[in-house]
Amino acid sequence: MKTLSHVNDLAEHYDLVVIGAGPAGMAAATLAADKGAQVLLVDENPTFGGQIYRAVSSTPLKDRALLGADYWKGEAIGAAFSQSQADYFPGATVWQLSPELELGISSGGRTAVLHARRVIMATGALERPMPIKGWTLPGVMTAGAAQILLKTSGVAVSGKVVLAGCGPLLWLIAAQYLAAGKRFDAILDTTPRGNWRTAMKDLPGFLTSPYLAKGLKLMAKVRRQAKIISGVTALAAEGEGHLARVRYTAGGREVVIEADHLLLHQGVTPNINMASASNCELEWDDAQLAWKPKLDDWGNTTVPGIAISGDGAGIAGAEAAAERGRITALDALAGLGIISIAQRDEQAKPIRSELNRYDRGRVFLDRLYQPAQQFRVAGEDTIACRCEEVTGGQIRKAVTTLNIAGPNQLKSFLRCGMGPCQGRLCGLTVSETIAEARGSTPEAVGYYRLRAPVKPVTLAELASLKQSETEIRTVARG
Amino acid sequence: MTNNFDFAVVGGGLVGAAIGYGLAKRGLKVAMLDEGDVAKRASRGNFALVWVQSKGLGMPAYATWTRRSSDHWGTFARELEERVGFSMAYRRPGGFHLCLSQDELDRRAANINRLHNQGESEPYRIDVLDGDEIRRHLPEVGPEVVGGTYCALDGDVNSLKLFRALHEGFAVEGGHYRSGSLVQEIAGAQGGYALKTDEAVVHADRIVLAAGLDNVRLGKMIGLDVPVRPLRGQVIVTEKTEPFLDMPLSTVRQTDEGGVMIGDSQEEADDYRVMRPGINAVMADRAVRMFPRLANLNVVRTWSALRVYSRDGFPIYQESPTHPGAFVASCHSGVTLAAAHADLLAPLLAQGKLSSDLDAFSSRRFHVSATA
Amino acid sequence: MFQRLPDPSGSPVSFTLDGRPLEGRQGDTVSSALLAAGVETCRSSAVSGEPRAPYCLMGVCFECLVTIDGVGNQQGCLVALRPGMQVETQIGRGKRELAR
Repeated sequence: MKTLSHVNDLAEHYDLVVIGAGPAGMAAATLAADKGAQVLLVDENPTFGGQIYRAVSSTPLKDRALLGADYWKGEAIGAAFSQSQADYFPGATVWQLSPELELGISSGGRTAVLHARRVIMATGALERPMPIKGWTLPGVMTAGAAQILLKTSGVAVSGKVVLAGCGPLLWLIAAQYLAAGKRFDAILDTTPRGNWRTAMKDLPGFLTSPYLAKGLKLMAKVRRQAKIISGVTALAAEGEGHLARVRYTAGGREVVIEADHLLLHQGVTPNINMASASNCELEWDDAQLAWKPKLDDWGNTTVPGIAISGDGAGIAGAEAAAERGRITALDALAGLGIISIAQRDEQAKPIRSELNRYDRGRVFLDRLYQPAQQFRVAGEDTIACRCEEVTGGQIRKAVTTLNIAGPNQLKSFLRCGMGPCQGRLCGLTVSETIAEARGSTPEAVGYYRLRAPVKPVTLAELASLKQSETEIRTVARG
Repeated sequence: MTNNFDFAVVGGGLVGAAIGYGLAKRGLKVAMLDEGDVAKRASRGNFALVWVQSKGLGMPAYATWTRRSSDHWGTFARELEERVGFSMAYRRPGGFHLCLSQDELDRRAANINRLHNQGESEPYRIDVLDGDEIRRHLPEVGPEVVGGTYCALDGDVNSLKLFRALHEGFAVEGGHYRSGSLVQEIAGAQGGYALKTDEAVVHADRIVLAAGLDNVRLGKMIGLDVPVRPLRGQVIVTEKTEPFLDMPLSTVRQTDEGGVMIGDSQEEADDYRVMRPGINAVMADRAVRMFPRLANLNVVRTWSALRVYSRDGFPIYQESPTHPGAFVASCHSGVTLAAAHADLLAPLLAQGKLSSDLDAFSSRRFHVSATA
Repeated sequence: MFQRLPDPSGSPVSFTLDGRPLEGRQGDTVSSALLAAGVETCRSSAVSGEPRAPYCLMGVCFECLVTIDGVGNQQGCLVALRPGMQVETQIGRGKRELAR
């Protein structure tokens, strides 16, 4: 790969631009570049790996056992990418992707616009928002953030630490922290007890899943070493200027414990902001309780030329992500005329059978770890939109008194979703809170309409873009 | 759920909501029928000026109407704010229009001059200033600004708060707002009208169409040709920054929340989901030349919205000659005209008859040769 | 509290925070270096002025905003720490200053 450090290093045209250097993005870029396509991979982080393989080539952690064998699978994907002919632009953000496949790319306060013949978004997942009272207090962060600290910097959250939420990743992070010699004052498991019942019918599929043995081992390990409180039905962070206490309810009993840190996690959901801003159609996934892009078998969106792979296409995990990256790359290569349709289909076969393995039992996990309703909607005094500080109570009041139909009208009235995060951290909460207040479903209520810039870009950068005479005349009218 | 009303307002944007609020607070039983969460929605994309200068060139009645609305805005805002209990950040400190070339300034000055000379409308003062005079008023203005115009009557408001306040005011006054209620059919029924939506049939003694661009389709149902078309505008908004600009400009303003809004392009185009990056570039470039210190501010959002533009750019207010009691209200500048719509137009609608001073706004003006 | 694990990989990187000299390590982002140095609250909210600290560390939440080398509202979690960097917290001034 050729590492770029300045927007001036970019070519004006690429056969394929891949966005995001996680497993899907790296695998897609590697395969396409190896077949001779001119490929650019853009990533906003300083190092490749995405979140799951974060800093896999640069982590200061020398004890390989600490992060577990699965983490180090990223090494091979990273190594293959490093040996490819692709251009790699770290620390750069794609702030715009138009339906004409023009990309606005910003780095170091400079912007370039380039054209791609095909685009693969591999923008991965983000942690599902877990709006609880007090979650904006310093001292509260996501469990994923704690894991990122460990991977990139070998830094561990210490002192009195409470881990709360649900989902497979929660147990992985717990195990990694315990392996690092850290401890938790409490692990508050918010998995609704009823989930076991609804998940049971999908258990047979899960029994053949490669995730099963790993998952059980992890959970057993954590259970041996940490105090786990299950059946947690309410949770709040308290303190003046910094977290001091965690208040929770379990088995109908309210308990307050002192805490320096509260790490929240309740699963991951596809990061659909860029897809949505590029007018790719979304659909609601009722098992994963999240929006995901509408895709065909090759990961193609409803916008010609734009495909999505990895967890951004629907949560399936890191190993599946790499395979899905390869599938989208094969179709891109066929679209570019580099391989034939027959070659594409032939080469996709073994990848698809591998993918099937990872799909087994996914539904079981999705159902088992479905977060409880009260942790998905914002309570009366709980902030839903952290940027604009809009509470669940304000949302409910507006919905009921003004008969609000959906998140876009609500956004106009309350500003939720208008801050710099562009609704990434409140979109699901807001859709679900409106749905609850209206007695409707998130699917019917809909999602924020998003627009460029997907990530902030300075006025000076916007001003530096090409302006035609006609365009000038639409503004300078005298 | 009742489906019988004194008045049905078709459209829940700024125009519909202002009229609906005005009708409801006069004691009428009003339904406001709106589309769903995603629609063209000019009211969510406007620039929020309460603006007088330069408006009405070519139609003195529009200059007067704008002026009346602007003069009434303070009273209208106070009364609405009392009802809903929050501020809309309305202010009328005067406003500037800045020019970045002598040519622009010359054209601007010529237009202002023509406006003054067209007579009829009540005269008001617009000053043409050179760059140094501008910089004395606005010290942050950069050296490339060659001049501009100033009018003491101009102001602005937080238009999203206005939008919400109108809806809340409407609800407080007992109005019935229904979203997801695109009107499919309008039938003249005994002593009134029946409006068919996917959800219900709504009956009303009188109706007003305030559905923006959809008035073209709806107008035909009451025998009216409403020649409006979309004129696309793009807006850029930055992250919140400390207060630096305490009065609005025609193309740059800082909201009460701290964000800087930058407009305003005009383009013949009808897809509200599309933005032209080149136009954003022009707007950003001009804003930075006007206020060089804005250069490093982050843009958090850009959008386009469709102005509702009639053939001559002026509003259409009219009762249908074939469907008595059925009215149409079509215009851009729904923010500036909100006060007029709520407190000047709505009372006339409530009485069932438009006054003769609104004759100039009839769509008959587009059909002079056809009827002659 | 945050602790570096006792595994000294990565060479030290000197930078300043609000003029005070601090040390991070190679591989750190600005945010991870600040957290490791015990600095959690990095800014005040632009709406209420309440204190905020990094939340997601993956570029999503915009809570980790700091001023880096004079430029305000930078996502500290996405910027690699470099020697000599001048980092400033944005406490007490939630809204960005125009000159930054």
